[in-house]
Amino acid sequence: MNKLFSRRAWCALACLVVLAALLPACNLAFAPEHALHVPDYLVGLAGKFMCYAMAALALDLVWGYTGILSLGHGLFFALGGYAHGMYLMRAIGRDGVYQSALPDFMVFLDWKELPWYWAMTDSFWYCLALVVLVPGALAFVFGYFAFRSRIKGVYFSIITQALTYAFMLLFFRNDTGFGGNNGFTDFKRILGYSITAPATKAVLYLATLGGLVGALLLCRWIVASRLGRVLQAVRDSEARLMFIGYNPLWFKLFVWTLSAVLCAIAGALYVPQVGIINPSEMSPANSIEMVVWVAVGGRGTLLGAILGAFAVNGLKSWFTAAFPDLWLFALGLLFILVTLLMQKGLLGLRLPRRPRRAAAAPRQELEEVA
Amino acid sequence: MMYSAVRRLLAGIALYLLAGAAPAAIAPAMLQPLAGDDPDARVAAVAAIGALGTPEAADVLRALKDDALYLLPDGRVASLAPSAPAPEGASVIVVNNRLRAAIETALSGMDLLAPGTAQRLAAARALLGQELDPAQVALVQRALQGEQDGQVRSALQLLQALASLQAPQADERAAAARQLGELGGNAQRAPLQARLEQPSAESDAAVRLALTDAVKAIDARQARTELVGNLFYGVSLASVLLLAALGLAITFGLMGIINMAHGELLMIGAYTTYLVQSLFRHYLPQAVELYLLAALPAAFAVAALVGMALERTVIRWLYGRPLETLLATWGISLVLMQAVRTLFGAQNVEVANPAWMSGGMTVLGSLVLPYNRIAIIVFAVLVTAGVWLLLNGTRLGLFVRAVMQNRRMAGCVGVPTGRIDMLTFGLGSGIAGLGGVALSQLGNVGPDLGQSYIIDSFMVVVLGGVGQLAGTVIAALGLGEANKLLEPVAGAVLAKIAILAFIIIFIQRRPQGLFAVKGRSVE
Repeated sequence: MNKLFSRRAWCALACLVVLAALLPACNLAFAPEHALHVPDYLVGLAGKFMCYAMAALALDLVWGYTGILSLGHGLFFALGGYAHGMYLMRAIGRDGVYQSALPDFMVFLDWKELPWYWAMTDSFWYCLALVVLVPGALAFVFGYFAFRSRIKGVYFSIITQALTYAFMLLFFRNDTGFGGNNGFTDFKRILGYSITAPATKAVLYLATLGGLVGALLLCRWIVASRLGRVLQAVRDSEARLMFIGYNPLWFKLFVWTLSAVLCAIAGALYVPQVGIINPSEMSPANSIEMVVWVAVGGRGTLLGAILGAFAVNGLKSWFTAAFPDLWLFALGLLFILVTLLMQKGLLGLRLPRRPRRAAAAPRQELEEVA
Repeated sequence: MMYSAVRRLLAGIALYLLAGAAPAAIAPAMLQPLAGDDPDARVAAVAAIGALGTPEAADVLRALKDDALYLLPDGRVASLAPSAPAPEGASVIVVNNRLRAAIETALSGMDLLAPGTAQRLAAARALLGQELDPAQVALVQRALQGEQDGQVRSALQLLQALASLQAPQADERAAAARQLGELGGNAQRAPLQARLEQPSAESDAAVRLALTDAVKAIDARQARTELVGNLFYGVSLASVLLLAALGLAITFGLMGIINMAHGELLMIGAYTTYLVQSLFRHYLPQAVELYLLAALPAAFAVAALVGMALERTVIRWLYGRPLETLLATWGISLVLMQAVRTLFGAQNVEVANPAWMSGGMTVLGSLVLPYNRIAIIVFAVLVTAGVWLLLNGTRLGLFVRAVMQNRRMAGCVGVPTGRIDMLTFGLGSGIAGLGGVALSQLGNVGPDLGQSYIIDSFMVVVLGGVGQLAGTVIAALGLGEANKLLEPVAGAVLAKIAILAFIIIFIQRRPQGLFAVKGRSVE
């Protein structure tokens, strides 16, 4: 088992984690007027960004390392969010507007009982299982058929886009049973704790931090292993890999399903922190925006995906507050400039260009990055 | 004092003239019940006056409706102009809601004898839409005798047959049922069915048989009409899809450029239409009906120029890197969308159909085919034919095909490949602009117009097979028809989802689309 990171990289990672963990601690420990107090919105924002970073990591795994560009990862993100949201809706209990055991939107539709697929959703652990299983199964089935018929490149991108679009239409229907275009909102509590309490928020934040670090380590472990090298071979020359005797189907299917599950977990962590999930999360535009996070940070590098998610979303938060009309211009130009001028993203700016040396080169690069 | 006396005098004279002249043709005995207390008698009187069908009768009814019919002190009933002052001692005849409805019915019935064909047709259709007043049967019969126009005649015959369903003789009722079965539409099904379901209403076996047959005949005809309607709307949707996708069939299908900004080129075409319309309204209001003709070349030119500018500045640097092209063109689409939003506002702009495109033709009795849909089908056929001719019959088309098949060889024999790339992309964009003109005639024109068509367009091109114009046409037709035939069964959203699912599955089976390019150039 080779080492995941160099000594320096481990230190840097540990420092960053401690720094990130200090954020909610400073929020709770100090009074609002204290100089070291971190405002609530900043903690919420950082928590949200970490979810995005996790999704970006998942996307980087399939796009940056395996060369499969998915324009439908927003679907998995949203499905994870919906699966967790089902529990959160049930946890409202009778405190909703209509004082009914059913979620408000069902009362509004005059439904008398929960549909069958809402069975057992009052259990937190069952819903957590759904978070993993539903997007995982969907990705597995979809990926199996797509990869088996060797759909690749832009065709794959386009049908993933069609997939998320179809699901968005489905979830917009009231009769689908997921709240129509309002989705799920007005959550009250999670595992008995008030969802708006600062302490709960801090715990959710720490869970997200843990998830992000775990995802980073997992991805790092995968890309540094032999499996990861096969994946990169799929990206660089799938035909040659097949001639050597590998069947790319299972490698692609594994990484695709894993990526979908990671994305779903990110979505499940996202929903309790922002307090809403609705079908617009599945819109094709959202999924493409995820791609630009990875592209801006630098695809094919794990740190790049995280950096890109933070950079683009930070820029977005600032822009939409300062110049709301200009944000789409900025995002559009970002797309164009990154693809034209900065193919390696932000990290590419810093790294000196090196001639590629067979298989060792990408790994060397990664180690430096991390 | 003096003034009011004169006024009273004038009113008196006017009253005398009116009372003497207009209602003279109607017997006072018919008017008298209107002033009475018995509400049934009043309604009956209105119906009786309406059944006269004379212009004088219409005048009296209108006066009654406008509160200008008076009961005079001498017991006569007479009308005055609505603005004229009420005469001394006369009391206005009060109209309640029930009487007002009766007046409306009677007046609309009298339109059956109006001079204009359209007016008569409208009157007959209006009567078909409601319960027929027995008092109006005579009127319908009289109108039928003098009627020449076929459409009005059949409507009147329906009315007469509906009335005859209540006739005392069994064979008259059976004949009426048969006639309704021959001519009737969905609206006439209900009374037939009602008589069938109540054994007390119809006890004669032969008539019951005729009624059953009539209901069946109506149902069969209705199903046929619906099918034809669905087929027509399917073709119409297909032509829209085709116009939206045709430009993409060139830029994506032939050149292999994943142009996510294609939808925005459609939008630019639609906004150019809006601009041309505004210019016409401002400078050439007399020719505003013709603005579409000017909008076509304008939209083509604007979209083609935008497309060529994009090709020169962004896309040409990304040839051979399809995924990057996808991202960059998505960025372009965001910029274009926001630019339009900044220039024209986020709200939809109003693009009006010219008068010659509004309205529609009626076929099979009740099916209305809107002219704008028909025009767009014709337009789609023309544009497709034009593109086909351009690609297969001109020197430019030859160059385009040569560059797409073997760029290096084409370059070697002297084809300016860079310029051809630019022109081809411009052509695809220009056709998207033409598609935008068509879309502006059907739906809303707003900054998000393109977003709603981009996925559909890609589906059509991918389904049809890349690089195949015929495939694109057939895929558009297939998707349009499938969508419209599924819609009545599953609802619009589910039909759309089913179609998307079908495409996703279909591509698994045939990754190259319906019409695969055969040969070594694949992949």
